[in-house]
Amino acid sequence: MSDKTDKTDQQQRLSVFKTYKLYVGGKFPRSESGRVYEVTDAKGKWLANAPQSSRKDARDAVVAARKAFGGWSGATAYNRGQILYRVAEMLEGRKGQFVHEVAEAEGLSKSKAADQVEATIDRWVWYAGWTDKIAQVVGGGNPVAGPYFNLSSPEPTGVVAVLAPQESSFLGLVSVLAPVITTGNTAIVIASERSPLPALSLGEVLATSDVPGGVVNVLSGRTAEIAAPLASHQDVNAIDLAGADDVLAKELEIAAADNLKRVLRPQPVDDWSAAPGTDRMTAFLETKTVWHPTGSLGASGSSY
Amino acid sequence: MASTTASAFEYAPAPESRSVVDIAPSYGLFIDGEFTEAAEGKVFKTVSPSTEEVLSEIAQAGEADVDRAVRAARKAFGKWSALPGSERAKYLFRIARIIQERSRELAVLETLDNGKPIKETRDADLPLVAAHFFYYAGWADKLDHAGFGASPRPLGVAGQVIPWNFPLLMLAWKIAPALATGNTVVLKPAETTPLSALFFADVCRQAGLPKGVVNILPGYGDAGAALVAHPDVNKVAFTGSTAVGKAIARQVAGSHKKVTLELGGKGANIVFDDAPIDQAVEGIVSGIFFNQGQVCCAGSRLLVQESIQDELLESLKRRLATLRLGDPLDKNTDIGAINSAEQLSRITSLVEQGEAEGAERWSPACELPTSGYWFAPTLFTNVTQAHTVARDEIFGPVLSVLSFRTPEEAVAKANNTPYGLSAGIWTEKGSRILAVASKLRAGVIWSNTFNKFDPTSPFGGYKESGFGREGGRHGLEAYLDVR
Repeated sequence: MSDKTDKTDQQQRLSVFKTYKLYVGGKFPRSESGRVYEVTDAKGKWLANAPQSSRKDARDAVVAARKAFGGWSGATAYNRGQILYRVAEMLEGRKGQFVHEVAEAEGLSKSKAADQVEATIDRWVWYAGWTDKIAQVVGGGNPVAGPYFNLSSPEPTGVVAVLAPQESSFLGLVSVLAPVITTGNTAIVIASERSPLPALSLGEVLATSDVPGGVVNVLSGRTAEIAAPLASHQDVNAIDLAGADDVLAKELEIAAADNLKRVLRPQPVDDWSAAPGTDRMTAFLETKTVWHPTGSLGASGSSY
Repeated sequence: MASTTASAFEYAPAPESRSVVDIAPSYGLFIDGEFTEAAEGKVFKTVSPSTEEVLSEIAQAGEADVDRAVRAARKAFGKWSALPGSERAKYLFRIARIIQERSRELAVLETLDNGKPIKETRDADLPLVAAHFFYYAGWADKLDHAGFGASPRPLGVAGQVIPWNFPLLMLAWKIAPALATGNTVVLKPAETTPLSALFFADVCRQAGLPKGVVNILPGYGDAGAALVAHPDVNKVAFTGSTAVGKAIARQVAGSHKKVTLELGGKGANIVFDDAPIDQAVEGIVSGIFFNQGQVCCAGSRLLVQESIQDELLESLKRRLATLRLGDPLDKNTDIGAINSAEQLSRITSLVEQGEAEGAERWSPACELPTSGYWFAPTLFTNVTQAHTVARDEIFGPVLSVLSFRTPEEAVAKANNTPYGLSAGIWTEKGSRILAVASKLRAGVIWSNTFNKFDPTSPFGGYKESGFGREGGRHGLEAYLDVR
């Protein structure tokens, strides 16, 4: 935090620092390893010590995400939409804090940082509206050549590990996280290694937004160290490699093949504020097709 | 009913408090963001159907007011339609949230003005109203994904005329998709239920909605007709009777106005011999007695397989005897008041005609309140397809019971109507549900349930029940230029 002091009348008041902590299973633990690392602003000035997560923290986060999956994926789409919209409402109220953190993290002017934060809030709103529409856009009835009702519906893949983009600490983060949970997946997100503070603060917003604990789990630390156990974890169903460089991405993709995780490879993004499409949602959806005989009206009412 | 026969199930009165709603002694028209008097200075009274108490005095819109409102909507259209979809979305999300916050107030208001039980306004109407705005809010910035091509354009000014049976819900069905797609609206609520639409004007004000985007014109049929006929209206949306729907279809002939009509129905509720009887009875009851049967998609014809007719009717009658008719604000009330004296006399005359034509009339023992407009739940047996009560939409708590032997006969009888809005199918056999559903000429088919509504689900009729769909992705098309 840069404004370590606030002026009150004539004497200076010493500000209170925040201890940044992980967000796992709805709680705010420190890293079980007891490690922290120094987070600095764009000019190298110390901002805070962030938890440096271990393999064990990653595995704990998977357990929390798996535990939350049944409830979150089973909630009605409308209910998920209400909750994600609530995230936007909460964020709007804490805009000042995030503008401050994003400005420091990314070396932006206050107004540029405000643009980023506002775009981030609007992104939550955009995804909140998708919960009960994605099935209507990517699902539907299939006119099979036979007496069958045949309906394809999207369903969430499961537990998704997300490597948040390294550069865009907040807008980029939410742009990859929100689509994963919108459709009913649960997530473990690894914050930008250099700029993890907005992601860790987002945990505080999620905790007060009716998002059930474990739906989003936020880890900070060395991306490669945390991503490796997630990519090879047998109870993780998919991984978004947005925050990995080419070398790491290939390693992780190889590890992910072990249980055929769905892998979203890193793609160049020039401008995170550009309107997203549906591909970040569909990347983590399965399609389930249900068949049922339609029968026919025989004399007895049905042919079977 | 429970009020007349002492039973183990006597209930103490449990009235919902009226104090959550503050009804002003008079209301104006809502045009261009302001409440204003009617040009001709006319007013009308709106009464509580359960007590005949005058609730408020309302400005009555005439042709000049319609013109003023359409001009306000036209003026607002340019900016509103040019807003990014994400900004329109946020206005609609605000409206949805304010409705959620004020839902108890609006539920009590709706019950007072309409006469329907608080149980329904609280648990059905208001949650659906908020959900509808929430759903269409989310579409406002996703129209490119809706399947109508890239950047589909709005139509312009929508003239919307809604009925009195679900006043605020029908408003939501009309206004939410219209605004999401970038249109501006002039809406005329029904003359017997103007209040919730006027309170909605205040919700728009709280949400900071730009002036002129929503205009509310309480009034009678003449105002509705003037709105439909106005040359600067691009879209006409009407929910109401088939007779008026046909008149509107004639009126707009030769114009470029896009029209959607959601009209009457004579829904068949088909019960097969393998149906779970208790569950079917609940569905039949909700199908025809929900909102006193004043529902366009009501299951007003019961088609029961002959082999289970006696058993089903016995269960049904036993169930009807437990329905509680009375004060709509009482939380235990199942059956509220009929909306108006006019509607009550229409129901009464159709029921008398049913008796005169030889159908057998039955109602549970039921004491009706001495003031207000009331009609006891009524069954007709010995009904044939030729009977008026089996053909005409009664729009009241009156169920006609017919029987069938084979599924083909059930389908033939269900389809033997000029209407085609809804139907119900009760059977444990999935293939039979789908086989029968595929043969029914109706827009909404409920299987082993009835009267279910959701903003994501398209609703609308075949044949003379109207055309166009409201709700769901399909509901967007009614307000988009998709030529």
